[in-house]
Amino acid sequence: MSERSGSESMERTEGAPARTVATAFEQAKAEGRAALVGYLPAGFPSFEGAVTAAKTMVEAGCDVIEIGLPYTDPLMDGPTIQDAVHQALTGGIRVADVFRTVEAVAATGVRTLVMTYWNPVDRYGVDAFARDLSSAGGCGLITPDLTPEEAEPWLAASDAYDLDRVFLVALSSTDERLAKITALCRGFVYAASLMGVTGARSAVDTGAAHLVERTRKAMTQPSSLPVGLGLGVSNGEQAAEVAGFADGVIVGSAFIRRLLDAPSLDAGLDAVRRLTAELAAGVRR
Amino acid sequence: MTIDAARSLPDLTGHFGPFGGRFAPEALMAALDELTTSYETAMADPAFRAELDHLLATYAGRPSLLTEAKRFGAEAGGARILLKREDLNHTGSHKINNVLGQALLTRRMGKTRIIAETGAGQHGVATATAAALLGLECVVYMGEVDTVRQALNVARMRMLGAEVVPVTTGSRTLKDACNEAFRDWVATVDDTHYCIGSVMGPHPFPMMVRDFQRIIGVEAREQVLELTGRPPDAVVACVGGGSNAIGAFHAFVPDEGVRLYGFEAGGSGVESGKHAATLVGGSLGVIHGMRTYLLQDEDGQTLETHSVSAGLDYPGVGPEHSWLHDSGRATYEAVTDAEAMDAFALLCRTEGIIPAIESAHALAGALRVGRELGPDATIVVCLSGRGDKDMHTAAEWFGLVEGEGPAGA
Repeated sequence: MSERSGSESMERTEGAPARTVATAFEQAKAEGRAALVGYLPAGFPSFEGAVTAAKTMVEAGCDVIEIGLPYTDPLMDGPTIQDAVHQALTGGIRVADVFRTVEAVAATGVRTLVMTYWNPVDRYGVDAFARDLSSAGGCGLITPDLTPEEAEPWLAASDAYDLDRVFLVALSSTDERLAKITALCRGFVYAASLMGVTGARSAVDTGAAHLVERTRKAMTQPSSLPVGLGLGVSNGEQAAEVAGFADGVIVGSAFIRRLLDAPSLDAGLDAVRRLTAELAAGVRR
Repeated sequence: MTIDAARSLPDLTGHFGPFGGRFAPEALMAALDELTTSYETAMADPAFRAELDHLLATYAGRPSLLTEAKRFGAEAGGARILLKREDLNHTGSHKINNVLGQALLTRRMGKTRIIAETGAGQHGVATATAAALLGLECVVYMGEVDTVRQALNVARMRMLGAEVVPVTTGSRTLKDACNEAFRDWVATVDDTHYCIGSVMGPHPFPMMVRDFQRIIGVEAREQVLELTGRPPDAVVACVGGGSNAIGAFHAFVPDEGVRLYGFEAGGSGVESGKHAATLVGGSLGVIHGMRTYLLQDEDGQTLETHSVSAGLDYPGVGPEHSWLHDSGRATYEAVTDAEAMDAFALLCRTEGIIPAIESAHALAGALRVGRELGPDATIVVCLSGRGDKDMHTAAEWFGLVEGEGPAGA
């Protein structure tokens, strides 16, 4: 973060913003609030449906969009995201479609990341994936099953294409690991609020605030990265609570649930719009 | 078990050359580190080793027999076929070797709950058994498809006090059971150990499971030397995830003259696309926490596998097998459903031993290797499990049910 906001950004074309998701967090911070990060898998409920839903989320107040790359074996995801991803894969979504989704969403000006399990990137070729993500206007990757130990090819590729790399920290992470992980993160740090898979929960884990605090302490850079908190957040009340101690509030399954339960895409989009507004109000409380 | 020999690979970060490693959620990293440390301390503790050895001898029934299969050997080019009888272990397969080790480790780590994935149900039954023995809570994840074709094992696990959870996501087989077990573990890691049943998963599992299974080859090597005065010409095993094969191979890896053969599930034939022959028909990637060969499409999506054997119906393979494959030390070939079922019937009729359908893939491979090496060859075949659980499948395949014709022939 410090190196990007420093000398590197000076080399960019004048007036062109550095394409890092950190700027979205900075803007929210300048407004005295947390950023709202919304997740949706590409291809769900359809290619166009996902693009429209993501644009709806942006219009209604999401500051950052995470596009999920549908994968056959999402072992960090609960039943809601599993259902959505299954639907996307059954609908024939391909990796190339994920890049097209990113392109369409990023064109709105919103900072857009891809969240993906590692094998599809490995298979595509790490460098080629970084290149095509960058061409599509994506800011970088969130990698739930890639930790720094195995990340060398991705560290190189993300440097080559100037992409954000968001690793996760967990309640079980030692201080030593927090330091190691955050030193390699760029854009923001994704703090998993609970020990478990994705999915809505009725309450935010009491350890979450402590994890955010520990993560901040672990960062030694002059200007430390924002810390976003995800897993389990599903309503305005929880968003407000999380915004009280984190720089970003990440919501995924709750959006998908709205689309899964709606009788039509239009009804689903309405529900997504209402939820986004509720969450956006939450992070502003 | 000589630890030094077992430790040359993997390296400290769990890599067998380019394979293995740890592709796991951050939430599990602390538990994987804890497991690695606990495992290493335990194996260096004579009391732990003594308790494990005692259980293997007085509970599992080790050492397992080495049975000469003369009438079967006559069909295998006249080669001398020696069956390593893991089917005679308590619970009916090699799985108990690993599970006793991991269950003792679970207790040593102060954890009270043990979870497992299972395909054919052999690992699930072994885990449920060890949990009952040590008073641990036990949950077994099993693909819904497998709960039907291995219904007898579901009943066994439930009788032993385990909760069996049918998994209804994805292809509803072994890989989906693994996914579900990982999801459980991420949420319960404080009091729960995930007892992985094969030489797969993130480090230290491939190493640890191999170390617990290598007793198969250690015993077999001694038994063959005693019987024939020299090492065998070949060691043959079936490979799904690959734990019985690594167990059988490992002690023989330094014996350069001993050929190692792994037989994968060829399903309807590798060329048909309906198979589970990962090393024969797969490509490099990452699955279930490890870098290894797997069956995937061009987008890196896991392909559905097909095999008459639920225990081999898995799209990945242990990373040490990928290493043995690429280094050329072991040879991997595919055996079709039909070949395996023919060998299944042949062992029944020539030796009076009903093998597991998984093990029947090794037997079919032994027929091939024996015909190639000829009557002077001595071949050790790992008979990894017994076939009682497969009677339903076999009865359908061979048309043994009154009023029904054969389905497979």
